[in-house]
Amino acid sequence: MRSFPPEIVGEAVLNGLLTGAVYGLVALGLTLVYGVLHIINFAHGALLTMAMYAAFVAWQAFGLDPYVAILPLVPLFFALGYGLQRFVIGPASRGEDSNILLVTLGLSIVIENVMLAIFRSDTLSVQVPYAMEVLELGPMLLSFPRVVGFGVAFVVALVLFVLLTMTDTGRAIRAVAKERTGAALVGIDVKHVYAVTFGIGAACLAVAACLLLPFFYVNPRVGNAFVLVAFTIVVLGGMGSVPGALLGGLFIGVVESLSGLYLGDSLGQIGIFLIFILVLLFRPTGLFGAKA
Amino acid sequence: MSFLTVEAVSKRFGGLLAVSDASFEVAEGSITGLIGPNGAGKTTLFAIVSGFERPTGGRVLWRGAEITGRPPHLLARDGIARTFQIVQPFAGLSVRENIAVGAFLRHKRRAEAIALAERVAERVGLARDLDKPAAALTVAGRKRVELAKALATEPKLLLLDEVLAGLNPSEVRDIVPVVRAIRDSGITVLMIEHVMQAVMNLCETVHVLAQGRIIAGGTPAEVVRNPAVVEAYLGHGAATRLQASDDRRADEPGGLNRPPQGDAHA
Amino acid sequence: MTGRDLLPIAAFAAVAATLPLFVTAGTWLNFAVFTLIICLAAQGWNILGGYGGQYSFGHAAFFGTAAYATAILQVRYGVNPYPAFAVGVAAAGVVGWVIGLLSFRSGLRGSYFALVTLAFAEVFRVLANASEWTGGAAGILIRLDVRPENFQFASRATFYWVALALVVAALVVTRALERSRLGAQLVAVRENENAARALGVDALGVKLAAIALSAMITGAAGALYAQYFLYLDANIAYGTWISVEALLAPIIGGAGTVFGPVFGGIVLHSLSEFTKTLVGRIPGLDLVIFGVLLILVVRFPPREIPGLLKLWRRR
Repeated sequence: MRSFPPEIVGEAVLNGLLTGAVYGLVALGLTLVYGVLHIINFAHGALLTMAMYAAFVAWQAFGLDPYVAILPLVPLFFALGYGLQRFVIGPASRGEDSNILLVTLGLSIVIENVMLAIFRSDTLSVQVPYAMEVLELGPMLLSFPRVVGFGVAFVVALVLFVLLTMTDTGRAIRAVAKERTGAALVGIDVKHVYAVTFGIGAACLAVAACLLLPFFYVNPRVGNAFVLVAFTIVVLGGMGSVPGALLGGLFIGVVESLSGLYLGDSLGQIGIFLIFILVLLFRPTGLFGAKA
Repeated sequence: MSFLTVEAVSKRFGGLLAVSDASFEVAEGSITGLIGPNGAGKTTLFAIVSGFERPTGGRVLWRGAEITGRPPHLLARDGIARTFQIVQPFAGLSVRENIAVGAFLRHKRRAEAIALAERVAERVGLARDLDKPAAALTVAGRKRVELAKALATEPKLLLLDEVLAGLNPSEVRDIVPVVRAIRDSGITVLMIEHVMQAVMNLCETVHVLAQGRIIAGGTPAEVVRNPAVVEAYLGHGAATRLQASDDRRADEPGGLNRPPQGDAHA
Repeated sequence: MTGRDLLPIAAFAAVAATLPLFVTAGTWLNFAVFTLIICLAAQGWNILGGYGGQYSFGHAAFFGTAAYATAILQVRYGVNPYPAFAVGVAAAGVVGWVIGLLSFRSGLRGSYFALVTLAFAEVFRVLANASEWTGGAAGILIRLDVRPENFQFASRATFYWVALALVVAALVVTRALERSRLGAQLVAVRENENAARALGVDALGVKLAAIALSAMITGAAGALYAQYFLYLDANIAYGTWISVEALLAPIIGGAGTVFGPVFGGIVLHSLSEFTKTLVGRIPGLDLVIFGVLLILVVRFPPREIPGLLKLWRRR
């Protein structure tokens, strides 16, 4: 294994943390849906791809900066997520775990290939003036869009926390997560809460997409790269745990960054998959989360 | 050499001591009952004997050999079969196929297993339902399937976990002779039961479990007269109150042989 | 297993074998061979997923392992393709058994099993893409040397018959499994694992046997793919596409039935060809249709719709 000067390693760690926050945001939506609906949403990656294309179109057709595109895309994706759960996933799954697995897989196949049919397989990216800007932190250089991503991811997590703890909707969501039968008995519309939760998950993806686009690319399969990472984070952080998702995201960001540095880009991903397998096999309740 | 011996078995779930130092024996060829109020630890004790749970302490001996913690499929091969309180049918399969799963244990060939399944179905009164999907049966029918699956493994000891619960009185009357016939065919039976009437009818020996402990044992008649048992079921001081009321209505038959309120169909 | 059990399979084999007498165009035979390879991979998935109820999202791990083993043995070690094929199938079985041992011993099921199999397949893909031994990102090419003793045939029809023979063999194996103790126990584990254990079923052993057999059949598809196309790279051999294809065909054709995967595979790929001729070649369109079909089949299960599809489900 090669050895690197400490500032290179430090920079890799910091950049890993920055990217990791956005990973955490992607995982946040996934873990929230798991925590409340107790389903694994295989379409999560495809929805991210879709959100990235949406942000790309907003930039290309309307000249909207990706950061500004957050404003229209969040309600749009909330509505999309709400509709998908309410009218597709919910009715099709009929309460069976294996059905949900297949329906969300079907959705991901549909979304991914609709994107392929529309945009073809070319890799696209946006040109924004700040894409290459860097911030200096001592001897280390940090990419500006990643720093923004880091900050916004934490703001979103905070907003989500406030939403879940302080609003009536949030209380209803938590009630359904804890005890769906009891929640239904006291008059909570469980189907509505499920759909709202799914909508929030999709809205998190819209934000993540807008944060990723300035320093990443988009193609029809881009979501796949994130979905296993997001699953890893969710499993690592404890299925359903919101702080676990953020911590897990930061951790995975660093792991990816360091294994990329030491193993090279082609093998770098393997670290994540191995962590994923090991955690699933030996610690399925997660490293940080207590929730089973 | 005793048939089945449970020796000082304890089971702790976190802070809860579900079974505490429980010991009892089951004699070969008997129908032995294990009774007790809700939450007494009967099902946990059953799960330990049938290998689904490992005890925190104590031993289980089967015909002289220790079987503590042996997995259920090996116990089934050794001749210990069980039914579940909440019936566990293979919902997508027909009654015949359900029973055949048990029959396959000792018969590798399909034709033999199916033939055995059909004979067992006859014994428990399911002969006419063989082609129905298990999910389509009534509660009583599913209880019979549960019984038939276990019987098809050709056990020496059959553990019945509340086969009568959820049945109406006429269904209970129908199934009691089936259980007795099973014993008469040479299979020892250990049954958990809430329906007291059936226990009184069927069992030669009864052990009473309350709050995880064995508090009494003996013939059904002895056990129901035991003040500790009465108190466990009906609460502190119940024994003396009952004694007083029994004295007043000494000519009325039945007494505790009737099921305690609310327990019969729990 | 009796003669009557095998009659439908024999009928299918007889009818399917006549295809090259009517269809001689290279592209159509090509399509037929490819469809049969998919059917074979799907038949493998059906053993574990359909009969065993363990939904794998990573059958690419078995497809790719057998494909690479067959190719590498020939290219790097000069092994004759027939033994190489057999070793490939065995290697897939071993990989399946090991993945099964790790996953099932840890009690993974449902979504967790799907996730872990997906991750295993991805690990293989990344490794195959990075390693020199597998040809890396450039892939691996089996040298063109058309001789029957070299498992390369001048006529596509011959290959079609070889592929058909493997599919028919898998049908027979599936039918035999259905009539066997292992099959009954596997279905019992699918329906209710604890109840099965209480009846003396060694649930872990049964699932391991199922995943090994499943992996070997899907592996045979992979080895056949390598032998037919004579080229592999990591995204073909270990790509998600084959995991998805192997799962779609049985789910749509009837999981846990003998003919389900073959029926599903033929329907899906005919549909895909049909749309191509109808609306032209739009990338991804066929998969959009597959995805919609998958959702519809889950939403409206054929077994609940009496009629045509019921013919394909035996009990």
